[in-house]
Amino acid sequence: MRLQFILSEIGIGLRRNLSMAVSVILVTFVSLTFVGAAGLLQLQIGEMKDDWYDQVEVTIYLCPQDSDVPTCAGGQISDEQTEALREELDSPAMADYVEAAYYESQEEAYDAFQERFADEWWAQGLTPDQMQASFRVALVDPSQYQVVADQFTGRQGVEDVRDPRAVVEPLILVMNRLSLVAAGIAGIMLLAAVLLITTTIRLSAMSRRRETGIMRLVGASNLFIQLPFMLEGAIAATIGAVMAVAGLWFGMRYLVEDWLAQSVQFIPYVGTDEVWMIAPVLVAVAIALAAISSVVTLSRYTKV
Amino acid sequence: MIRFENVTKVYARGARPALDAIDLEVERGEFLFLVGASGSGKSTFLRLVLREERPSAGRIFVAGKELSTLSTWKVPHLRRQIGAVFQDFRLLPNKTVFENVAFALQVIGKPRHHILTTVPDTLELVGLGGKEKRLPHELSGGEQQRVAIARAFVNRPSILLADEPTGNLDPTTSVGIMRLLDRINRTGTTVVMATHDDEIVDQMRKRVVELESGQMVRDQSRGVYGSAR
Repeated sequence: MRLQFILSEIGIGLRRNLSMAVSVILVTFVSLTFVGAAGLLQLQIGEMKDDWYDQVEVTIYLCPQDSDVPTCAGGQISDEQTEALREELDSPAMADYVEAAYYESQEEAYDAFQERFADEWWAQGLTPDQMQASFRVALVDPSQYQVVADQFTGRQGVEDVRDPRAVVEPLILVMNRLSLVAAGIAGIMLLAAVLLITTTIRLSAMSRRRETGIMRLVGASNLFIQLPFMLEGAIAATIGAVMAVAGLWFGMRYLVEDWLAQSVQFIPYVGTDEVWMIAPVLVAVAIALAAISSVVTLSRYTKV
Repeated sequence: MIRFENVTKVYARGARPALDAIDLEVERGEFLFLVGASGSGKSTFLRLVLREERPSAGRIFVAGKELSTLSTWKVPHLRRQIGAVFQDFRLLPNKTVFENVAFALQVIGKPRHHILTTVPDTLELVGLGGKEKRLPHELSGGEQQRVAIARAFVNRPSILLADEPTGNLDPTTSVGIMRLLDRINRTGTTVVMATHDDEIVDQMRKRVVELESGQMVRDQSRGVYGSAR
């Protein structure tokens, strides 16, 4: 009886203030989409850090046949030069920084390349001669890469020393900024959502003053009087959250998994799994929003 | 059943008290008329009993509980023992007669089978048998007040408060309402009725308490409306 009665009260309330309920749904939808986007960007950053920082290796590219770089003026690197570099990498002086160094010959680079881009037509036309030999240097402490880079940059026979982080870091920076912007917008929208839910609950309470007056008079408990209003707000906000999750899922599925992941391949992407990961958080935020609004409003409008 | 001990109620700071040092005891099963001009404090008295207001000074006991020490969350339970009827009926316009009365039981969580048996009984008692499906605007004023009384009485409260229940009704209809209140009183329910209606008071010959500017100027058993003046 009680539950059925409360449900029917909620139904009446939502129908009576349909346009307000819809606006609550839309505002929570938009605000939580931004919250979710900020969250997903952070997850993406985490994913990229994991992927790139774990395998941090400084790559020392050795001079190929025809290079414009000054240190490669002597043409392809000689075996003596290669040997000298190897000895230096293995020397006690570098032991503090270098965990291990592997030499990758032109043939090995070619094999690895062919394996990675097996399906690409343009990879077929390459020959081992066109590939570049390199040292892959695993570091004891990835943040010390500058020391190693300084040590080997500018040597004869060394074309370039590269840290993969140099590529990823600006990207991470951009994404961090983006997630901050998203979080900022989310904050403003959440504030708007709270105010709107507050107004909605207030309107709903006003339009049912007659009912709540009688309820108080005949001794209905406070919770019983307030519950329909609270649940109204919570239901509207939860629908907004569900829509936000759906929006993020579609965005992830079609924008990231189907499009971005196909066109920019060197980055590991977050996917729809991560959307499911943050979905409970979004729903919890929605319910918290409604709860805050209810507490603020109802204590004033339906007190005993 | 109701006891006021030196109760004073001041609404605004510095203003004349709405009730001034009232001492009054109403026994279980008694029928009490509260008379006096508008603004004499009758409604304040009723609001204090319902604990819609708290006294500025003094103590109030209702159904064995002292109201000033009663915690807020226990107030609903107090009100379940009190029925209240008003001049303006206060019915829900989009609910039928049955639903209006059932509403009072639904919102305090009574089970469905209890509602389905109690509500028709109570409607029969107030003389509205067969009109369960009507909406309030389809009823006469007297019938609407009967619905309001049914709603106040359906939970069998030990106290019934009536604030000018005949104020909007013609004399003939008022007599019917008074018969009904009398019948409810005979079931053992304490009835406190604030009224302006001298004919009714004179006819019923019940205890009369007269208020004037917040002070009790008369307490007379089997009294009439205007003997003090």
